[in-house]
Amino acid sequence: MEGKTEKNPPSESELEEAECFQLTLYVAGQTPNSIKAFANLKRICEENLKGKYQIEVIDLLENPQLARGDQILAVPTLVRKLPPPVKKIIGDLSNTERVLIGLELRPK
Amino acid sequence: MADSERMKTSLPKCPTGILGLDEITEGGLPKGRPTLVCGGPGCGKTLLAMSFVVNGAIHYDEPGVFMAFEESAEELIQNMASLGWDLEELIKRKKLMIDHIHVEPSQIEETGEYDLEGLFIRLAHAVESTGAKRIALDTLEALFSGFTNTFILRAEFRRLFRWLKSKGLTAVITAERGERGITRHGLEEYVSDCVILLDHRLSDQVATRFLQVSKYRGSGHGTNEYPFLISKEGISVLPITSVALDHKVSVERVSTGIPRLDSMLGGKGYYRGSTVLVSGTAGTGKTSVAVHFIDAACRRGERCLYFAFEESPSQILRNMRSIGIDLQAWVKEGLLKFRAARATLYGLEMQLEAMREVVLEFEPRVIVVDPISNLVAVGAESDVKSMLTRLIDWLKTRGITSLFTDLTYHGGPQEATEVRISSLMDTWILLKMLEEKGERNRALYILKSRGMAHSNQIREFLITEKGIELLDVYLGPGGVLTGSARYVQEAREKAEALALRQEIERKERELERKRKAMEAQITTLKARFEAEEEELIKIINEAKEREESLAKGRKEMARLRQAD
Repeated sequence: MEGKTEKNPPSESELEEAECFQLTLYVAGQTPNSIKAFANLKRICEENLKGKYQIEVIDLLENPQLARGDQILAVPTLVRKLPPPVKKIIGDLSNTERVLIGLELRPK
Repeated sequence: MADSERMKTSLPKCPTGILGLDEITEGGLPKGRPTLVCGGPGCGKTLLAMSFVVNGAIHYDEPGVFMAFEESAEELIQNMASLGWDLEELIKRKKLMIDHIHVEPSQIEETGEYDLEGLFIRLAHAVESTGAKRIALDTLEALFSGFTNTFILRAEFRRLFRWLKSKGLTAVITAERGERGITRHGLEEYVSDCVILLDHRLSDQVATRFLQVSKYRGSGHGTNEYPFLISKEGISVLPITSVALDHKVSVERVSTGIPRLDSMLGGKGYYRGSTVLVSGTAGTGKTSVAVHFIDAACRRGERCLYFAFEESPSQILRNMRSIGIDLQAWVKEGLLKFRAARATLYGLEMQLEAMREVVLEFEPRVIVVDPISNLVAVGAESDVKSMLTRLIDWLKTRGITSLFTDLTYHGGPQEATEVRISSLMDTWILLKMLEEKGERNRALYILKSRGMAHSNQIREFLITEKGIELLDVYLGPGGVLTGSARYVQEAREKAEALALRQEIERKERELERKRKAMEAQITTLKARFEAEEEELIKIINEAKEREESLAKGRKEMARLRQAD
């Protein structure tokens, strides 16, 4: 399966080969947590994935049915849709190290 | 009745539609409040929660939402299809929504503050799109595996239950049984209105599920552990009226089918709607006694149901023909129905449920369970007693007269073995083999019969080709005489009676003879008297003639002398 890529952090060359990061941030309205999360995400991506990422923000208050598809319970939730596998990071993303580990940009 | 009045004044209830549970909870779960259903794996938590939601949608026009944290919607739909529920149809009609909430711990990384607003949004979306009045969360505790920050989790739980109440949703929340608390994660802290515990225990190799309403704020409820079944009709907690002993009793009497046994039972037989136990060792004629009762009931035109746990129906039919009872005719007329099964094939509760279903379907006035000992063998003593109590209560409320046969073992304490069920019986007839002078003979006596004067005699009976025949009682020095001893006694008594009759006849003949002798004497005396009388009359007449002639002579002489 994809256990290999999950366990070993991808090398620079692998990252080059991979498509760009598709990230979805689920929020529920403009809460302090969601604002913080978006700001943190933007910053982390700029610092680590410059030019290789797309961020989509979904407000569940507007599209509640979308919560079902990605199994969203907690907000904010960041979903890494690409590259596979799908990874989820919940919270306001204030701990940059943990976000990088979650996105598999740092070894655990 | 007073019950319905009480229902109105007490807190509003939301019927579960689960057989028996609504009776135990006196109407259902607290309306608009959450109920905690808690038990170990395999107890039926999911089924109970689903039954509650689906019954609401089908029977009470209350749409529902099922939030599945463990199984997917497809799995649930498939599982419930085996109970005959078409969940897809309900979903299509917007009566039901199943939302599968998948919590996969390995996928989730936590960093910083968050809340479970996503869950709330999903709940709200599901509730609003169906107009749900009922909701099930199965099982909320799965969240504990997905989120490590229990502080946030607990705060969100509190918010969740507030939210459920504010929406007026009647909720069922399932939870795993914990080792220390009621639930593993202390959910009982948040749900305090009603707590239902489920358990699944194995005793004597028979697994039984139990349900207990351990808490119900603001309402009365049955507090016992009630066994329940998961059958093809879903959950049923049995029986329906086990909570109260309030069935009506009948004064009507029904014949036992054995005239002389009727006489022993106050002349009229059993009470209608009572329970009869016929116990005895192997071969004492228990089935025959039962079959007489059935035959009599069928003759009255009543439907009878025969649970044969030992013999096959055809075997019973054949055997009973040999004692002159044609059950086949009743079967043909549709008055008699057999249900044969090995009791040990099912668990006790399953058996009870199966019996209940047949009784409901056939609506008999008389049932026979032959023998009940095979049921008893299946379960632990206390389970058997509780099952039978509930079966009997249930039968009594329906006015069904029931006869149970019980096989006891030779050499064992013949009466003690049935003590566990005998207290449930109104009439107890004991069949016995009396061993005497190298013979075994059948005897019968009534150990008890509530509410009627009954014979205290031990009666010998024969099973003849015309059925059971109770014999006269012959008492010997050692008690009742049976078999050839009775026969000898009978013969002796016959001889004595004959001798007595002969004695009387002899005396009568003697009397006759004496009368005749006396009469002969009278005749001779009379004859002698008559002879003497004749002689005397002759002499008297001669004397009179002489006297006359003398007087005549004197007169003649005087005339001649011319005396005057």
